[in-house]
Amino acid sequence: MFILKILIRNAFRHKLRTFLTILGITVAILAFGLLRTFINAWYGGVEASSASRLVTRSSISLIFSLPISYKEKIRQVDGVRKVSWGNWFGGIYIDEKNFFANFAVDAKSYLELYPEFILSSEETTHFLRDRKGFVAGRKLAKRFGWKIGDTVILRGTIYPGNWDFVLRGIYQGRDETIDETQFFFHWDYLNESLKKTAPSRGDQVGFYMIGINRPDRATEVALAIDQTFKNSLAETLTETEKAFQLSFISMSETIIMAIELVSFVVIIIIIVVVANTMSMTYRERTGEYAIFKTLGYRGWRIAAMIVGESMFITLFGSFLGILLTFPVARIAGRMLSNWFPVFNVAEEAIYMDILASVMIGLLAAIVPTRRAVKIRIADGLRRIG
Amino acid sequence: MKPIVEIIDVSKSYRRGDRVIPVLVDINLNIGEGEFLALMGPSGSGKSTLLNLIAALDQVDSGTIRVGGVDITGLSDNELAEWRAVNVGFIFQFYNLIPVLTAFENVELPLLLTGLSRKEREEHVEMALRIVNLEERMDHYPAHLSGGEQQRVAIARAIITDPTILVADEPTGDLDKVAAREILELMDRLNRESGKTIIMVTHDPRAAEKARVIRRLEKGFLNDVHSQDPH
Repeated sequence: MFILKILIRNAFRHKLRTFLTILGITVAILAFGLLRTFINAWYGGVEASSASRLVTRSSISLIFSLPISYKEKIRQVDGVRKVSWGNWFGGIYIDEKNFFANFAVDAKSYLELYPEFILSSEETTHFLRDRKGFVAGRKLAKRFGWKIGDTVILRGTIYPGNWDFVLRGIYQGRDETIDETQFFFHWDYLNESLKKTAPSRGDQVGFYMIGINRPDRATEVALAIDQTFKNSLAETLTETEKAFQLSFISMSETIIMAIELVSFVVIIIIIVVVANTMSMTYRERTGEYAIFKTLGYRGWRIAAMIVGESMFITLFGSFLGILLTFPVARIAGRMLSNWFPVFNVAEEAIYMDILASVMIGLLAAIVPTRRAVKIRIADGLRRIG
Repeated sequence: MKPIVEIIDVSKSYRRGDRVIPVLVDINLNIGEGEFLALMGPSGSGKSTLLNLIAALDQVDSGTIRVGGVDITGLSDNELAEWRAVNVGFIFQFYNLIPVLTAFENVELPLLLTGLSRKEREEHVEMALRIVNLEERMDHYPAHLSGGEQQRVAIARAIITDPTILVADEPTGDLDKVAAREILELMDRLNRESGKTIIMVTHDPRAAEKARVIRRLEKGFLNDVHSQDPH
């Protein structure tokens, strides 16, 4: 109790210095938390992916399509529960800066495979009935102020022309990791139009999404699917949805590594700053530590005062930094919503914040504590006066 | 008078680079129980070093120091810390109070190492502050006390555990005449009325006048005893 009292009073002896140190820690923890959130957002699609879904695409590249006829053969593979398919549409809404993901999908099977997209039964029925209908995520609809029944026109880039759609449903994510900025419509609408305008591009699928019975058999099922189309004109590559998402992220791995490195550099810098503050306090209070020793206080009590003060300042700053991370991440999430549909502060980021804070507090106190414990009383007392 | 402090053949030197500087050479000294001893001598004569050795703040190079029958030269750092807490009360030139603690809390510091309850500690602290006539200012921080008042708080802290010896290093060195006289009278009272053994290092002949015995140190050697009737 006494140690707690004295370390708190000591912490605020130099109010400006303590305030600036706390401010530095707050900013560092905020930056660290945001960078970790940024990295988590990058992996958002991976986290939301299901272990019981596979993705089949062309073994050459994602830009090569597969025949629609594959769906029947895939259905026959042992372990396959459900097959859906789709194409990346790549349409632009008014202006390129309004980017959002938009797909043509086989609506019924797609909604069955993705129960995390929650749509009312009424909206589902209306969407399935309307060939030109589309479904948008809650955040996307809110972003552009779309309401059920609104007509939205996308300018095709991969599939030229203006495509008009009618909003028939707005889905909500089952939890906060689910992307609520997607736009999907009927694959049949795209296919039928293509058959008329560019017949060679008809009946082609960008990817198959496959639901499997047992996640533990994912590798086996994936191999069986690829084996089915071995030596055909369009060989396939089947992988788990997670691996499929990771293959996108691997393209930007260097950037993620750089961000990760910067996040740790921030922590190292703040350790040095706090260590400097603690060293200054040690120099100023050398005589006081000698007095405590003179009065019979042992090294561990003096260590507790210094480490405690360092931890108090650090945890105070960190607490503020963590508190600020949430509103700042919300603002950043809004600003980056085009690129990161899910930008939430993950629990993991908070744990890392706490771990970083404890490390800062402890490491910054090591040198001054060692000196204070080791100093000879006579030498310490000589510094007074 | 039964010796409470026995110093036998004690030598101490400091190193400065390759040079060894002798500070105390073969010191032999007995200090009786209830004695008030003044150690005098010019700067660098080794008086503060001798005081530090008696109070176990520093280690001897050779020789033995016994306080209350305990050979303190053979104790470990932790044992010395415990021993100091019980047996020595310190009064310094610059008071050495902890600035973030009130007068009450400063006096309470040594008691926090004991098993006394909060209430018992309060009673002891109030009594010690009453002895030094500062009970009215117990909630003041050192910065709000005069030099003389701070030194009285330091004396209250020194006597709070009823130690075997009180050591004072230039206790009046930072005080004006009036405050210095008050402090010396207080120490004299502690010696006369409570029988406290006091070892005081001082430059000030007027301070030394309060002591019963004066010993002079010259270049590390102890001169003859000079006893006096204190004023």
